[in-house]
Amino acid sequence: MKLQIATRLALYAALQLAADPERQLAAAEIAERYGISVNHLAKVLRTLGRAGLVEAVRGAGGGYRFRGNVKRVTLLDVIELFEDAGPSARPEEEPGAASPEGQGLRRVLNEIDDIARATLSSITLATMLKIVNEPPPAEAAPPKSAARAAKRG
Amino acid sequence: MEMSHRKTEIAAPDPSEMRVRPAHASDLPAVVALDAENTGEARPAYWKDRFEWYAGRQPDRFFLVAEQRGDTLGFIVGEVRAWEFGSPPSGWVFAIGVSPRARLHGLGSLLFDEICARFRSAGVQHVRTMLAKDAHLLLSFFRSLGMMGGPFIQLEKRLEP
Repeated sequence: MKLQIATRLALYAALQLAADPERQLAAAEIAERYGISVNHLAKVLRTLGRAGLVEAVRGAGGGYRFRGNVKRVTLLDVIELFEDAGPSARPEEEPGAASPEGQGLRRVLNEIDDIARATLSSITLATMLKIVNEPPPAEAAPPKSAARAAKRG
Repeated sequence: MEMSHRKTEIAAPDPSEMRVRPAHASDLPAVVALDAENTGEARPAYWKDRFEWYAGRQPDRFFLVAEQRGDTLGFIVGEVRAWEFGSPPSGWVFAIGVSPRARLHGLGSLLFDEICARFRSAGVQHVRTMLAKDAHLLLSFFRSLGMMGGPFIQLEKRLEP
């Protein structure tokens, strides 16, 4: 799954701000952390603000502050502000959609979309912050069947 | 995966007074009631069977209940399962239930931690479960405990008559 740049920036910003909802961060501070354009990030923050996830704090020392519920807002909530994470809105308009091959392909792609949505909608920002702050686990050994297949390959 | 809760009046949850212990036969009515509140269906025969299988003090099966001052506030059920397809045995959680009155006090996490400790003592290194894709609350709960997608994908096929 590939996220659009604006979506990725929104997730970064939401996570940065959600890590400490009392803290205010300037757009420039967030942009600098990820090496991204302040202007682009400002547009993203406005969208998050319209959705009620962040608020702009005016005046000296102003910036942005998280105002959503970190235990309720999911990755999917943020992503869907910027792009569709689900199946094509008009699958019948895809080239060859009416053909048996097109219909079969649609069933497989729908399966992938279902799993992606279930995953993204089950991970709240609070859970994502835990994942961010945990060291990556040691690489799990693959099932023996996979290992055998790899050896044959 | 089963998820239960109950609406009956119980004492206000106090995490310092909650205790998790293996289920006894006398817990069966409370578990049935808790499950019925959630599913809308009383299943005493089903839970009696589950009790006999999981609460019989077998070293690799676990039926735990959480209580506070005699009130049963939740339960969790699981076992160590040996798997096919090259996977070593792992812990398997197949049911968890928490009273709505006791939620947001860490009781679900406490039950999960307790059964994981028993799985660890039984010598396994992973805990697994399986959930419906649209069970958002349960999915979020297990995700919040650090569970991630594993190395297997569940497949199924409708068996035509």
